[in-house]
Formats: sequence, C-alpha cells, structure tokens
Amino acid sequence: MTTHSTMNKDTLLWMYSTMVTIRRFEEQSRREADAGKLRGMHSSIGQEAVPTGISAHLRDNDFVLGTHRSHHHCIAKGVDINEMMAELLGKATGTNSGKGGTMHIADINKGMLGANGVVGSNIPVATGVGLSAKVRGTDQVSVVFFGDGASSQGVLHESMNLASIWKLPVLFVCENNRYAESTPFEFTVAGGSISNRAAGYDIPGVSVDGQSVLEMFEVGGEAVARARRGDGPTLIEAQTYRYHGHFGADDPLGYRSEEEQEYYMDRDCIKQLTAHIIENGFAGEDDLQSLDEKALAAIAEAVRFADESPFPDDADLMTDVYNTYA
Amino acid sequence: MVQAQAVRQLSYIQAVNEAIRQEMERDETVIVMGEDIAGGGDREDKQDAWGGPMRLTKGLVGDFGRQRIRDTPISEAGFVGAGVGAAASGLRPVVDLMYVSFFGVCADQITNNAAKIHYMFGGKVNIPLTIMTGIGAGTGSAAQHSETLYSIFTHFPGLKCVVPSDPYTAKGLMIAAIRDNDPVIVFNNRQLMGIRFDVDVPEEAYEVEIGKSNIAKEGTDVTLVGIGYTTKVCLDAAAELEAQGHSAEVLDLLSLSPMDDEAILESVQKTRKIVIVDEDYPRCSIASDISALVAEQAFDYLDAPPRRVNPPHAPVPYSRPLEALWVPNKDTVVEAALGVLE
Repeated sequence: MTTHSTMNKDTLLWMYSTMVTIRRFEEQSRREADAGKLRGMHSSIGQEAVPTGISAHLRDNDFVLGTHRSHHHCIAKGVDINEMMAELLGKATGTNSGKGGTMHIADINKGMLGANGVVGSNIPVATGVGLSAKVRGTDQVSVVFFGDGASSQGVLHESMNLASIWKLPVLFVCENNRYAESTPFEFTVAGGSISNRAAGYDIPGVSVDGQSVLEMFEVGGEAVARARRGDGPTLIEAQTYRYHGHFGADDPLGYRSEEEQEYYMDRDCIKQLTAHIIENGFAGEDDLQSLDEKALAAIAEAVRFADESPFPDDADLMTDVYNTYA
Repeated sequence: MVQAQAVRQLSYIQAVNEAIRQEMERDETVIVMGEDIAGGGDREDKQDAWGGPMRLTKGLVGDFGRQRIRDTPISEAGFVGAGVGAAASGLRPVVDLMYVSFFGVCADQITNNAAKIHYMFGGKVNIPLTIMTGIGAGTGSAAQHSETLYSIFTHFPGLKCVVPSDPYTAKGLMIAAIRDNDPVIVFNNRQLMGIRFDVDVPEEAYEVEIGKSNIAKEGTDVTLVGIGYTTKVCLDAAAELEAQGHSAEVLDLLSLSPMDDEAILESVQKTRKIVIVDEDYPRCSIASDISALVAEQAFDYLDAPPRRVNPPHAPVPYSRPLEALWVPNKDTVVEAALGVLE
C-alpha cells in the first residue's frame, strides 16, 4: 500500500473507494450471517471514515490494532477482502486460516496486528508495538482503535502514561460511536469527554468529527507526523456513530431514538465525501459510480473465493498452538 | 419408557432470572452489577433495552430500579472490585462477568481480594459475593469468548465454584450462591441456554446445596462424570451405551469447589470404571484432579485406569468444523467409555 498523505484527487478517490468497499463488505457480511454462514458479526457501517482518514497516512509496515468491530480497520489498512471473507466463513484460505474469525482478523504483511475481542485489551499491546519501533530505531507508527466503552478500562490510562513518559509513536484512536453495546456514552464516561483525559498524561488530546473523512485525514496526518518525528503519542476522539446494532441481532431502537439515528445518518461519511468530490470538481458522478461498481465486483469475487475455499483439515485443530512443543 | 412431562418447565435463562428476582425480593441487600444487565443507560424510555448480554437479568430493573440493578462501564477490575468492597460492607452483590475469558482483566480482584480477605482478616470479614459468568464453546465465538476456565478458579482457596447443568440446578445453585457467605462463582454454559429441558423447576425459592453432586442417571458398568454442558453429553452417551448393552452411571458434578469426592468414590466403587468429561483445557483440569483422586483413593476398586475426556490442548477455533472437533461430544465419550469397558 502506498500512502495517500497528500490531499489531492488521488487521495480523495482512494478514500472514497475504501469507504465504499467497507460499506459493501459489511452489507455482504450481514447477508452471509443471515444465511447462517457465520454466526453474528459486529458491523462497522457508519464508522468508515475513522480508519480511512488515518490509514491514508500509514505505510504497510506501520501497525494497526483493532477491536471486536474491526472489518473497517482491516480494509482501510489494505487487508485482502477475499481472505477476510474467507475468514468470516471459517475457511482455510482466510487471513487467520479459519482459526480467528470475524473478531480476530490479522494480516502481519499489511501491518494489521489483529482485531481483539476483549475490550481494551489491544491498547497496551499497541503501546508495546510503539516501544518496539522506538527501540529498533525505525519511524514506524502504531495505531490502536478502541471504543468509548474501552475508555473506561484501566489499561488505557496505564498505556497513555507509558507512551507519554517514553515518548512512543502511538496513536490512541477512540471511535466514540456513542454506545458500549446498549449503554450510552454519557451514562458511563465522567466529564463528558474522552479526549480531555489526554491532558493528565501531557499528550495532545483532540476531538474530531469522525463522520468527516477530511477532518480525520487532517488530524490523523498531524498525529502520524508527530509520532514519526519521535515527539510521542496523541489521543484522538473521533465522534462517530454505529448505524447497526452491537452485533447484528439486536435492534438499536431498543436503546436509542430514530431522531438520533437520522441526525447521524444525515451526516453520513460517504455522502459527505461524495458531495465534496462532486462540488469541487475532483470527479464526476460517473467516475464515482464506476468505483462503486468496482467495489461491488470485488465483494462478489470475495464471496465466490470464500464459498469455493475449503474448510480447514481436521489436523489443523492442533497446528499453530506453538512453534515447537516437545 | 413413558416419562411424565415436567410440571413447570423453564428455560435455563428464565431459571437464573427467577433465582435472582426471588433473592432480590427476599433480601434488599442483594444488588446486581455488570455491563448492559439492564441496558439503555438512564434513558427514561429505553429502560431494560438488553436485560443482560444473555438476557439473564431481563425485567429486573423495572422491578428493582437502577439503585439495585446497576449498569457499569466496561471496567471489570473496577466493578468486580467494587463488588468485593460492597460484599465486605453489608451488601450481597451479584456481579456479572460477561464471559469468563475476561477474568484476566479483573483477576487481581478475584484472586487476591475476594478469595483471601476472609482468611487474611482472621475470619472477621465475609465476602458474600456471587460472580456469574458465561462459559462454553459451540457458538462460533472463537478463542476469547468460548472458554470454561473453571479449573483456574478452583485452584484458589477461598473461592467456591459451581456449574449448573440444567434449569433446575441453575436456579437452585444461583440461590445457594447468593445466600452463601463466601464468594461463589457460578459458571453458566451458553449452550445450555439454547436447549429445551424437560425438568421441573419449582416456583418457590430453593437451594441446590453447594458441594453436592447429583446422580443424573444410575448405572452399574461405568461412571461418566459430567460438568455443566458435558453432563448433557454424558447423558446422551449413556443412552447410546445402553443401546449397546452397557449400563452407565452419570454423575453430574455441579460443584467443583468444594467437590463431592465422596460421591465420586462411591460411584466408582460400584462401577469400577470412570470417564471424566470436562470442557476445560486438559492440563491441570478438573478431569485431571478427579483422575488423581480416584487413583489415590479408589485404586484397588478400579478395573481400568481412569479416563479423561477434555478438549485438546489448543485454543477454541472459530471455523465450525474445527470447533465441532474441539468440544467433547457424545461420540468421543462413548469411545472413551468403550475403551475402559473392554
């Protein structure tokens, strides 16, 4: 993956394609789940702009660590969607050879150091990835995504402190999608702000409109540059929204209102970027439509690839528990 | 054989729910804490949006209010620790640790505080805390949401550990756990929540005694020991063995700490053969523990070495065919039983 760190037509179209691919992938994943080919998944629809704006600045050898809801992180980081879809279906050709599934997609070659199903668990690991870059003397950057729910875990605070005192190249990116499962943000987060907590650790804390990929791009660019310079970590709180339920089977209207959903969906990240591209003449509707079609074709190919792939062999149950064990 | 239909059937989930409800009605010091146990935060029109990730606490917030049914942030170390403190100072809290695999986040609070305070403080402080937690593979949830891990907790003196096997024992053990003056961990297997059981669940509150096992099926040729979900597996295997002419006794362990050593030894002295079916990892497992118990204390009675049936020494795989291989099933138990019967 080449970086798209300069704001120009190419970057805009890359961001558009990436976000559309994520959305179509998630829609298809839902259909696969409804067909019983996988059992539940956490949809990232609505949150596409957050990893896209940041990953525009990342190289293949920079690292991203994700959460239970991580398909968008993976796609934005360049993970192959054929292998992702195969992983969702538990196939041997999947990113994780069928061992991990929807919550644990990883691809080290693309710097995707894994989605993690335990809330907050990825944060200290990402801090260690930043430490490694620093000790090895590279300018690699470590980006960890987590939700508003994870902001209440102690490890976030321990990790921000460590990253600050050691000046580690880490981006702590909170996707504040307003809900920890069914529990609203304001019910569990004291002070009403996550980014404010950075002040206690003497690092920059930025709140950004996570529905605007342009703003994500700008804030991400600054934070990545700061990390690469060796100036240390940044905490970014991206204000975003999860359109679907927590894992698919739950109805979000059980805990939030239609008005609220409409408010956020009106500010949809893809809609906003489309308007920006068209209004400023970076591309025409036909150009975007052909990117849409390309994304759909790629998803169809991913499904075909996954469907035609074999399940793992029985013997694979015991492989990769260790490297050596005797 | 014609069996009478159970008089009052409840699902596993309804049974746990009823147990908590009845104890909260009986004792106002009982409170419940956990993530999304009601859901919806404090939004007036969105109360009880979830009722717990597994719906075990559905409806309770309406009856008991948010003072006693407390949704927490995702802060296991914080709210499990708060459960210990509340238990030490006059409440009888029930804390929901959504999945047992998350215990690592709050292990210090469980192993250093809940388990040890009573002893360290010279027996002067009680910790009447109940931790309920979801366990079990078979739902396509992969390695971090499918473990059982109960053997880890039985390692710690000071903790009691129980594993219900059906709605009747789910209700009775939950009530017993809440009333107990020591910390008790109740391990609820998610596969049991999706099975229809033809067992009678009395409406009135009752306790299933912690520390006692139950003979789920009598037999004479081999003892099959089950724990939670694997009790069902053992019963299925016993039916199959019966068809092949072997009489299997199924001992439903129910309580892992304390463990009903006596019942295990008694059964083995009768059948002279034992197969222990355990969904936890094989190393340092309950199956290993029982195997050692039997080898030490019933060696002279045994016609065959004790046999353990555990999953392999591997994390739980996501892919459906691999996961099906991982969990002990009827066929693996029948095979093991035939192995000791020969």
